[in-house]
Amino acid sequence: MGNYLIRRFLLIIPTVLMVYTIVFSMTRLLPGDIIDSMIQRAQRSGGEIDREAMERFLGLDAPVYIQYLRSINDLVTRGSLGESLQTGVPVTKLIFERLGVTLELGIIALIIAVAISLPIGIFSAIRQDTIGDYVGRSLSIVLIAAPSFWVATLILIYPSIWWGWSPPVELVPFLEDPLANLKVYIIPAFILGMAMAGTIMRMTRTMMLEVLRQDFIRTAYSKGLRENVVIIRHALKNALIPVVTIAGAELPVLIGGAVIIEQIFSLPGTGRLMVDALGRRDYALISGINLFFAGGVIGANLLIDISYAYLDPRIRYR
Amino acid sequence: MKQQIDTAELEGEIRGPNRFRVFLGRLAREKPLGIVGGVIVVLLLFCGAFADVLSPYAMNEINIVDRFDPPSWKHLLGADQAGRDILTRLIYGARISMIVGLGATSVTVVCAGIIGVPSGYFGGKLDITLQRFVDAWLSFPSLLILLTIMSIVGRGMLQIVLVIGILSGIGWSRVVRSAVISVKVNDYFIAAEAIGSPTIMTLRRHVLPNIMAPIIVIYSVSVGWAILAEAGLSFLGFGLPPDVPSWGGMLSGEGRRHMEIKPALALLPGLALVVVIYGVNMFGDALRDLLDPRLRGSSE
Repeated sequence: MGNYLIRRFLLIIPTVLMVYTIVFSMTRLLPGDIIDSMIQRAQRSGGEIDREAMERFLGLDAPVYIQYLRSINDLVTRGSLGESLQTGVPVTKLIFERLGVTLELGIIALIIAVAISLPIGIFSAIRQDTIGDYVGRSLSIVLIAAPSFWVATLILIYPSIWWGWSPPVELVPFLEDPLANLKVYIIPAFILGMAMAGTIMRMTRTMMLEVLRQDFIRTAYSKGLRENVVIIRHALKNALIPVVTIAGAELPVLIGGAVIIEQIFSLPGTGRLMVDALGRRDYALISGINLFFAGGVIGANLLIDISYAYLDPRIRYR
Repeated sequence: MKQQIDTAELEGEIRGPNRFRVFLGRLAREKPLGIVGGVIVVLLLFCGAFADVLSPYAMNEINIVDRFDPPSWKHLLGADQAGRDILTRLIYGARISMIVGLGATSVTVVCAGIIGVPSGYFGGKLDITLQRFVDAWLSFPSLLILLTIMSIVGRGMLQIVLVIGILSGIGWSRVVRSAVISVKVNDYFIAAEAIGSPTIMTLRRHVLPNIMAPIIVIYSVSVGWAILAEAGLSFLGFGLPPDVPSWGGMLSGEGRRHMEIKPALALLPGLALVVVIYGVNMFGDALRDLLDPRLRGSSE
């Protein structure tokens, strides 16, 4: 296990470095100089910016490779992702202020997704090719095909036309009034969760079907165990390992979905921060958010791989 | 002599036009939903190709007096906030989705090949470097990186097709790479190497023909993703310009402010998207199962 962990950790270093290089070079490819737009903005409000002084202040007067090394140094020694060009506030501070909303949205969505998809996926597998199976499979296909921004739009429009009802939008801190807080999150999270549920449902069904054909399941049945016990204790345990892995790989999809959902429901999360930053062309903030979430995904993949290796000894010895 | 004729007949059986009919037969027998998907795909292509002929009005024809008209013989699905015919815009939307779906996916396949083939064929340091590059790209949540790049390159059809195609191609290069690696263990490949066949020749005669199945699969599976990605980007205002009738764009911007007056503006473009994505996915899945059952596992 130790060897495996070391190898897995070492593999991360070049990936992280590459992620950083991609984001760094993207901000250098931008059309128009950052300082140009700052000068324009200053002129509109009647101010004046000295180009050379500003370049020196932002560290843009140094050669590109020095800037690159400097920003890596900042990241490694101070954990800094730079400052917002718009407000000068550190990017990490801006992200952490908004992260809570996105995390709560994502966690509730994940719970909803699993709660819908596991039972239906398992049912589909143990009653393969029955009407129930077809209904479950069709549902998962529809869930995958329906874009969340459309479902969200319908939920905002139709109830308001029919009954004059619209989802609550005023955000109350969870600790103050948990119920009011959940009321705001439940609909956006449900929509986000449904989008994931389709994929997880299909995976659960496939994995269950594969496990159900194995010898140890037949043995369990022939020992006279009840179906419930065989399904839950023997089959599900084995089928879930790959499901968890691939569900973890859905994390980027969840983050992307959160961007859209936060935008539609005006939730002040990191997705909203991203769209706002894009609107204001605040590239320091944009690249900071990209780096942050790419780092999150790399970390999550690491955790998944480690837990996978822990759960399935075959991986370690490969 | 008899022997030869038999072989020729057999060749005809396998390679001739019959092969297509045999395939269609299998599709109908084994994957009835695939046929439904196929019909939807054909409809999409038909609407997209003949949008000018099929639609009753010109793409952005404005008749302000018809503003918010309910469905009638004049406007079969009604008119929007500028008096534009909704049906016309939906049909042109099919053309947009068709161009994005086919265009971006073609870029995807080329890009996946450019990264995947050398990575799998040459292996070694090149492979390790390329794969870390792929790892890095796969770490970015795709919508975030799509939004970022689109904000750099600006809105437009060419940009959308290239950006969606390249990003998705980087991910799919993994599949091409493993297909190439699995070709390399075969005797015919080892024999070709042993007689000193030049790299280009080996790639063209032995590798490419044998990775065609996964490539067709990549093509069919990623069309739906490309269409959805365009719709999402246009919805957020980073895809196509607002006057282009993209289904995703129709759900946002100007139309969004008038949806409470005319809910069809919210319902119809999304419905079109769902039907098309459903059809494309069903058809793609059926093709995948018939052509390359090995890939079935992950998303069934």
